Formats: sequence, C-alpha cells, structure tokens
Amino acid sequence: MSASKEKYTEVQYLEVDQYQPKTRTGRITNYVDTRVGGTGMVREFGRKVFPDHWTFMFGEVALYSFIITVLSGAFLTFWFDPSMSTTRYSGSYAPLQGLEMSMAYATALELSFDVRGGLFMRQLHHWAALLFVLAMSVHMLRVFFTGAFRKPRELNWVVGSALLILGLGAGFTGYSLPDEVLSGNGLRIIDGMLKAIPVVGTYISFFLFGGEFPGNEVIPRLYTLHIFIIPALILILIAVHLFMVVTHKHTQYPGPGRTERNVVGYPIGPVYAAKAGGFFFIVLGILCLIAGTFQINALWNYGPYDPSPVQAGAQPDWYIGPFEGVLRLMPGYLGPIPLEFNIPTPWGGNSVATPVLIPMIPVALIFLGMFIWPWIEAWITGDKKEHHLLDRPRNAPTRTAFGAAVMTNYLIMWGMGSNDLIATHFGLSLNDITYWSRVLFFLGPVIAYILTKRICLALQRKDREVALHGHEAGVIEVSPEGGFSEKHKLPSEYEFWTLVSYEAPEPSGPKTNAKGKVTRTEKLRARLNRMWFEDRVEPVTREEYLEALEHHGHDDHSEGLEAAQSRGAIEQH
Amino acid sequence: MAEHGNGDTGAVVTTGEGASSSYAIDNPGLPPHRPRLADVDEKYAKRSERQVAVLFLISIIGTVLFFVGYFAVARMDAFDDYFEGMTALRVQNTLLGVGSALAMLGIGLGVVHWARTLMPDHEVVEDRKPLRTEAHRAEAEKIVTEVIDETQIKRRPLLRNTLIAAALLAPLPALVLFRDLDRSEDFGVERMRHSLWGEGVRLVRDPVGTPIRASDLTIGSAMHVIPETLREIPGHGTRLAEKAKSVVLLMRMHPDDFGEQISGREDWTHQGIIACSKVCTHVGCPVALYERHTHHLLCPCHQSTFDAAENFKVVFGPAGRPLPQLPISVDEEGFLIATSDFTEPVGPTYWERGHTDPEGDYPA
Amino acid sequence: MKALSQKRRHPFAFVALLLLGLLLTGGLYAAATTVNQAQASNVPDGYSADQVEEGERLFVANCATCHGMNAEGTDAGPSLVGVGAASVEFQVGTGRMPMQMQGPQAQQKPPQFNNEQTTQLAAYVASLGAGPAVPDDEWLDVDQGDPARGGELFRINCAMCHNAAGAGGALTEGKYAPSLHGVEAVHIYTAMTTGPQNMPVFNDANIPPEDKRDIIAFLKTYEQQGSPGGFSLGFLGPVSEGLLIWTLGLALLIGSMVWLTSRSS
Repeated sequence: MSASKEKYTEVQYLEVDQYQPKTRTGRITNYVDTRVGGTGMVREFGRKVFPDHWTFMFGEVALYSFIITVLSGAFLTFWFDPSMSTTRYSGSYAPLQGLEMSMAYATALELSFDVRGGLFMRQLHHWAALLFVLAMSVHMLRVFFTGAFRKPRELNWVVGSALLILGLGAGFTGYSLPDEVLSGNGLRIIDGMLKAIPVVGTYISFFLFGGEFPGNEVIPRLYTLHIFIIPALILILIAVHLFMVVTHKHTQYPGPGRTERNVVGYPIGPVYAAKAGGFFFIVLGILCLIAGTFQINALWNYGPYDPSPVQAGAQPDWYIGPFEGVLRLMPGYLGPIPLEFNIPTPWGGNSVATPVLIPMIPVALIFLGMFIWPWIEAWITGDKKEHHLLDRPRNAPTRTAFGAAVMTNYLIMWGMGSNDLIATHFGLSLNDITYWSRVLFFLGPVIAYILTKRICLALQRKDREVALHGHEAGVIEVSPEGGFSEKHKLPSEYEFWTLVSYEAPEPSGPKTNAKGKVTRTEKLRARLNRMWFEDRVEPVTREEYLEALEHHGHDDHSEGLEAAQSRGAIEQH
Repeated sequence: MAEHGNGDTGAVVTTGEGASSSYAIDNPGLPPHRPRLADVDEKYAKRSERQVAVLFLISIIGTVLFFVGYFAVARMDAFDDYFEGMTALRVQNTLLGVGSALAMLGIGLGVVHWARTLMPDHEVVEDRKPLRTEAHRAEAEKIVTEVIDETQIKRRPLLRNTLIAAALLAPLPALVLFRDLDRSEDFGVERMRHSLWGEGVRLVRDPVGTPIRASDLTIGSAMHVIPETLREIPGHGTRLAEKAKSVVLLMRMHPDDFGEQISGREDWTHQGIIACSKVCTHVGCPVALYERHTHHLLCPCHQSTFDAAENFKVVFGPAGRPLPQLPISVDEEGFLIATSDFTEPVGPTYWERGHTDPEGDYPA
Repeated sequence: MKALSQKRRHPFAFVALLLLGLLLTGGLYAAATTVNQAQASNVPDGYSADQVEEGERLFVANCATCHGMNAEGTDAGPSLVGVGAASVEFQVGTGRMPMQMQGPQAQQKPPQFNNEQTTQLAAYVASLGAGPAVPDDEWLDVDQGDPARGGELFRINCAMCHNAAGAGGALTEGKYAPSLHGVEAVHIYTAMTTGPQNMPVFNDANIPPEDKRDIIAFLKTYEQQGSPGGFSLGFLGPVSEGLLIWTLGLALLIGSMVWLTSRSS
C-alpha cells in the first residue's frame, strides 16, 4: 500500500517551497498552506456542489438556531445563578418584591428587569430553542417523506434522531431552570413519572432530586446538563452529521439531468456560501424580530416554586406537548375497574402505576420506530440499492401514508396537550374533547393512512394523465364536424421526465432461504411487502408513450421521442 | 422496471442511466440555461447592486436603532414610577429586537439578493464517486482479520473471558460514585409514607400560617392548608420537600351533599368540613381546582377529577386512585386539627407503595 | 289660620275629619302591607325602603320565572335567600344574570340593568336574609393594597383556575374560570365573597378584606403594567408560544427559503 504512495525527496521539499505566488491571495494561501495545510480543504469544498431546493434548508435552520441558542445562552450564564439557596427579592419587579425565592429565580428576574437587553436575550434564547426543535422536526419529516434516509444514509438518520432527542432534553432542562411554579410543576410531573418506573423508579427520583422532591439539588444538576453535557453531545453529533453529509453528498429531487451518479446544483463558492451565510443572518433576523415583539415565558407571572400553587394552563413547551397529551388521554379506570394494581408479595405488595406507564408505550414506539425505520423499510421492500435521488412523496404511497398515520397519532397527542385551552377557546367541554381524542387516537391513524394512500395514488394517476395527454390548456376548440374539445398542452420533455422517471415495483413473494425453506419471518415480510406494493400506478412505459403519440396522430409528433422535445407543443386531446 | 434486491454488493445501481430503457424516454439532460435580466442587461445588474446596497444601509440603520434602544432608554430602576419603568422596558425590548432584526436581515437579505442576481447561476454537475471500492473493503477485512489473529484472542479463550469479565466490572465504580447524588440522611423509601400531619397538628392557612376555626368556613368555602409544624422545619429544601407531601385542601359542604362514606371514616369530617391531600395520585400536580356545586376537584395538569362528596373517588382522567383523605377534628380552643397522619402515602404511585408499613400504621 | 279655626265648627268639619282619618289609616295600612310584602320588616343597612320596593318590582318582572316569586328558588334557579347584595352586584352587574339560556354556566354579557337598578335589586335580595354585602369603597381602593402579598395569595388561592396571569382556564364538563382582565374591583371582590357558579367561597374569615384588597391590587397592577416582552399572546403560556413559532415563525422562514432558492428573473 505504502509503495503506491508518492514520496518526496529532500530536494523536492525544497522545490515545493520554491513556489512563488504572483497574487496576494496566492501569497496568503502559500503562507497558510506551508504552515498548517488547508489547500486540500479549499480544493475539496471551494467548488463543492449543493443541490438547491427550499425544503433542503430546514437542516440549516436547525444548525443556525442551535448556534443562536449557544451564543444567547452563553450571555445569560453571566448573570444567571443556578442556585436553590434562598434570597429575598428586591429587584425592580414590584409584584414579587419582598418574597423569599431561590437565587435561580431571583437572577432570572434580574436578567429580565435589571439587565439591559437581558429580557431580549432571554426571549431570543427561548424562541431560538423553540425554533431549533421545530426545524429539526420539519427537517426529519422532509427526510422521511422523500426517502432520503435510505442507503447509504441510514446511520446519518440515526444521528439525526439522536439529535432530536437531545434537543428535547436541552429544551426541557432549560425550561426547568428558572425555578418558578410552572416549570416546578413540570419537574413534579417528571418526578411522578420516574416514580412509576417499576423497581428502580423511586430511587432514580431520589438520585435526580438529591432526596425527596423537590430538595435543594435539582436546579444546579439540570444546569450542568443544560449548559455542558447536552450541548457538548449535540455539538459532537452535529459534527458527525455534517461529516456524513459531506461524505455522502446531498440527495437531490428527480429531474432532468439528475441521476443517481451525479449532483446538480450550485458550487459553494461563491453562490451557495453566500446564500447559506446570508441565510444565517436571515434566521437570526427573524428570531430577533420575534424576540423583540412577542413575549415568551413571562416567568414573573408564576412566582417562586412552592409545591402548593398550580395554575390553569399548566403546559410544557410545544415539543413536550405530546408527552403531556398522552398522559391526559389515558383513563385511570376502565369503567369501575382501576388499571393500577398491586403485585402481592410477602412484604405487602409492589404497586404498578399502569396509567402512567401505558401512555409511554406509544411514545416509546414512535421514537424507537424512528431510529430503526430505515432498516424496517429496507427489510419490507427488499431494496438494498443506494439512493441519491429522492422519492416524490406520491411515488412512495405506502411510506407517505404510514408517515401520515404516525403524524396523525402524534398530532392527537399534541392536541390533547392543550385540550384545556381548546375547551375554553372553542366553548367545548374538556371531557368531551378527551373522549373524542381517545377514539381518534386509534381511528385517526387508520383514516389518515387510507386517505393519504388514496391521495398519493390519485396524484400518480394525474401525473400519468398529464404525461400522456398533456395539461388542459383552457382553450375549447370546435372541430369542422361541430364537436367541442379542449386543447391539451403536452409537457416539455423535462417535465415529462420528472413525471415518469420513478419505479413502482410489484410485490415480491416469499423467498426461500439457504435450506430451501420459507421461514415465518419471511412470510411476514412477504405479507408486508404485498401491503407495501400492491396498490400501484405503473409509470408510463416507452410503448405507451409511443402509442399515445400515435393515437394523437399529429404529424409533428410522428417522429416519436424527439417530437416531445419541442417545448410547449400543443396537443389536441 | 429495475429489479429490487439485486444490489447486495453495495455497488451503485443506477436508474435512469444504464437502466434508462425502463423509462418512457431517456434522461433529457439539464434544461438549457436561461439567462437572468441582470446577465443580459447591465441596467438590471446596476439596479440589483443598488438594491443590495440599500439593504446593507438598512442594516446600518438597524444597528443604530439598537444603540438608541440600549442607551437612550433608561433602565427600569431609573424610574420612580413603576409603570413608567415597565413601559420603558417594553420600548427598549422592542427597539433592541427590531433594531437587531433590521441589522441582521439587512445583511442576510442583501447577501442573498446579491448571490441570486449577480453571482453566476449556472447549475453545475458533479459526479458522485462510490465511497470506497470493493478492493478497499477486501483489504480492510484482511487487515482486521490478521490483527485479530495476531492477538491470539481466539486461540486463548481464558484471556478473552477474563477480559470480558474485567471490562464488565470496571465501569461499576464509576456508577457507584453517583450513589451520593441522594443527599438525604435517611436513605430509603420509608420517608415517603409519612407527612408532617399527625394527631393534634393544627391546620393553618397557606401561606400565612394562621390557625382555622370551623366557623371560618362557610358552605362552599375552600381553603389551602399546611400543617402548623411546617414552619419549624429547618432548611428551604427540606421544608419544600415536607410541604410537597403535606399540602391539604379543606372544603365545607352541606352535610346532605355527602354520599356514603367509607366505613371507619365517619368521624373524619367535622360539621361538613372535609380535608384531602392536594397532591394528585397520578403524577403529583396540586389538585387545587374545587367546584363547589359539583364537589369535583380537578387537576389542571392532566385533568384527573375527584369527587369530594364520594370519598374523593376518581370520576374522570388518568388518576388511578382516590385522593388520600386527612382525618380532622377540633381541639379545645376550637381550631381545626388532624387526628392522625394520612393513612396511606400521598402523591403518585411508586413501586414500593404497597409495602406493609413496619410501624403497622396501616395495612397494604 | 283664622279662617281654619272658624271653619272648625263648620257642620262639615266632622265629615272632613273623618275622611282625613280614614285616608291616613288607609295610607298607613297600605304602607304597612308593602313593607310586609317585602318580607323584611327591616330595610337592610345602606338601602332605603324605596330601593327595596323598586327592587322587588324588578325582581318579579325579570327574575321570578327562575328564582320563584319570593326568591325561594325553583328547579330552574336557586333560592336567593341569604345570598346577599354582593351576589346581585356580581351576577347582575357583570350581566351574567338574567341568564340568556341554560348552559354549563352563566355567560358574561353587557349588563341588562343600570347601576341604580342593580342596587335596587341588591337591596331587595339583601332584605330577604343576611348575606355578603357589597364592600365599602375602602376595600376596593387598590392604592392601599400590597400587590406583592396579593400576588402570593392569588397564586395560592386563585391561579389554579384563573391562570397565573388571570387569563382564565377550563373546568370540567364545559365550565370555565373566566379571564380577570378588565374586571371591576367590586366584581372581583364580590366574586370572592359569594362564590358564583362553581367558584368556592372566600369569606372574610378565609381571606380578610385587607387580603382581598391586596389581591385586587395585584390584578390591577398586573393589568396596568402590560407585557414588557412584547405582545402577550393572551398570557396563555407555552401553548400560544408554540403556536406562534409554528405559524408566524415557520411562515417567515419558508417564505425566505423559497425566495432564496428560487431563480431570479
């Protein structure tokens, strides 16, 4: 191996240093490269091509809003003291003056009222955090629905999923830091959920809170997690994530000139760098605008944490909403029968908090399913190829429908997280909303699956229709015989290519293994495979295309394929 | 139709180039480049240049606006009038936000506009190369196999097994180090059974701490109550932990409104005054919303609803158990007191909740 | 005067006296009956008999359908004996009564009666039996209240239903705790003393008048100070914040993304 590598002789090294650049840029390049290297980076990235599509930018938004949370958060740490030791508040906010509170709450108030720009930076930090999780979520939805997680990007999808979970962790630990009543009750819920974990739960709660809830310890501990451990993990995973993006090169939507073997787009230098760099300022600008004009987490409303008070509308930030909602959804009793039970033991019995544990199952399934989805899908479809061209969501109807079903499930849990506000703002009964949501929790995904699949197939048929018969031009013609017909405009060959260049495989039956047997898992796979592929709209074939041209019988299309290249040809239906 | 499942080798299987015969037409290639106005007419290029410059100017104005907000608006504590100070804070916050938003958007929009209109917009095609060749993989496999062989780990299972055992045990000290995360003196779950309530402990108002007479509650009244002994607990954290177990809601209902009481609880109320733990049996939020006519108690976190007239049974929501009731009476001076501690642990269910109490206060 | 003394011996003098006596007796009797009908031989403190009388007329015309001719209560409405003037001040003064239709709870709407009529109704209801009275102005003077202490009491006693910022919240089965923004001090006070709808009663033994004044002072301070961070989004907390970032925030971003990736003309 080493034999193939070139080796410089002493003389050649000197010769390399003899390079005399003519321009100023050259001199700088020479200076840097001879000391720390770097021309390799420039050659690799200077003209690297990135496909351009607006849906590809959510990942960038996530990255940028993360950077903004880190910068604004660093600012906040200079004033915020995450201590649970008590003080008597004497700052500017009149309705809290003279109250005993933790240093954490007092300094959060000081930041808001007595540090110029402190309120702005706190709001910027919080809005950026909301946007961070939002952007990650939308980014993952985009990746899912376009099939960008497929080989070779499965591992990067896993890294992305881990980033989403870390984002939730960063958000929740930050939400809890000011030590007011709202987030204190949030922690109390966490305490209750931890205690529900069989065998070890009670002790996990003791270890987190340093004893019985709420204790003296939890805020500094959450602070360490919030400003050090979780951001460090996020940074590392972002580095891995971006490294893999560079390794794989970006995916692209199918279209003329785009193939599995190329990347079509704009080079980093200068266009893409300018756009991406400018976009950072746009994201920051939008966040500044929101932070300056919309109040977020008015923590002075809630008062210092105390286990007695609580407030109507006690909710977590949006991304914890589904967790809150699914807890609200679960009934504690089925009719008169309590779901909670005791396992009888010689020492009395062990209690199982079923109403807390059961709701965690769907949430855990969604997150677990998210991590392993690339392998599940590849197993069902039997597709082991590399994919660099994305699926248009309609061209993968089953995946799109499945994603819509899971989203519906998630949305119902999310909505339940704010059912009290839905009740007051739409004049509905809290209890009715809950009953209906319980039904929809099971029924909604089924409806969404069926509907989405039908819509996808209908859109595919529409594509086929357009490809073979053209767009309706909106012009009615009268034939010499007196018949009326609408003019149709054939798509350009570029559009035609986008419409027809997809695959719709037929279901493949069960395969025998090495011993010549069909295993039970293989039978299951074959059944799922049938479900996946059985509803299909065949892409337009070459024969159909030629036949369609023939049928329309126009001279200018008699030359077949080339004819379609005349852009904007008018075709009569 | 390209076949699925034939790509086990991991090589790139192309669709649309080699296998393009499966599609109705061949990939037509990139559409012809369409020049922008600024490409063909310097007039439009000039206009773009001016627009970008204006955006940069707006950014400068934004920065100035930020400084105005920061320096020209005084800090809240400079105002004698509280409400003027609050208004100033709002004005300042808005100026800082709008100023920095303009500063950032001016740069961002300007640079992007520049890139869109003046920088080249020819789409570039770059080839994808396979990550690594199969030869590379074979070579790597060979090296790894050789390295493993050279360690002789396969031939010497004793080494392997003891190493595995050692590696499994070695992280345990790191885990044990976290034992003292729990700082409390009496480690264990027993403390969760007991609150500050006990025989003769007076009920006092939260947060003011004044004792309560039965006559202080009229029918329909609700009062938030803590034990009188709470104030004696030293240390903020300990006090909050005790308060978290001892908060009580006190209500007075019309005696006729009571449903059938659980036997043994007949003397737990006093003239229609009834007390219960405020900690939800679901996950522990304060169940503080009392509806005086329905006698329902609602938890605002997950909407568990309990019926105060029916032994606090669950009538709606995720809670799995009734709220614990606190037995109350009055002392010689006429103040409300508890006649014992709660007869079951308050708050959310935990694994050890069903354990028999060693002190025999209550059965499982 | 001279003329009168001369006419005393007039033959019709006796008849005139008799008529006068009869008139007086009749008038007195009539007056006595009216008082009797009001079921209260004593007019409540701070109200006049006229007010009670006028109040009863209003009551019979507007309220008796549900509350009964003598306010003894029917299936459609509770008895008003002993609910006090404060109840009337709250229920009628905020327009909740008379109710437009039966529902989970009475809705606030523009008051149907003016202040004078409300006071008359209050006088009548107060005359039926002792109950919470309309507070003296002293207890409604927020300048004398301590907003910090009021805030603490508010969070313990009120925020669980009315939200920490007084924005209101949901109760069971379609009932709700209304928003407290813009509510007059006297209505906040009388709501506490009477416990309208399903609200618990916070009598003076539970929350003394000074403390009630503190709570009102807190609410009024809160109302006046506004939201220093910008638009308040209804003071609803994380839900409306989440909604904003998913609507306005996402829309601004997508708008800029589409513009950024589109080709210039």
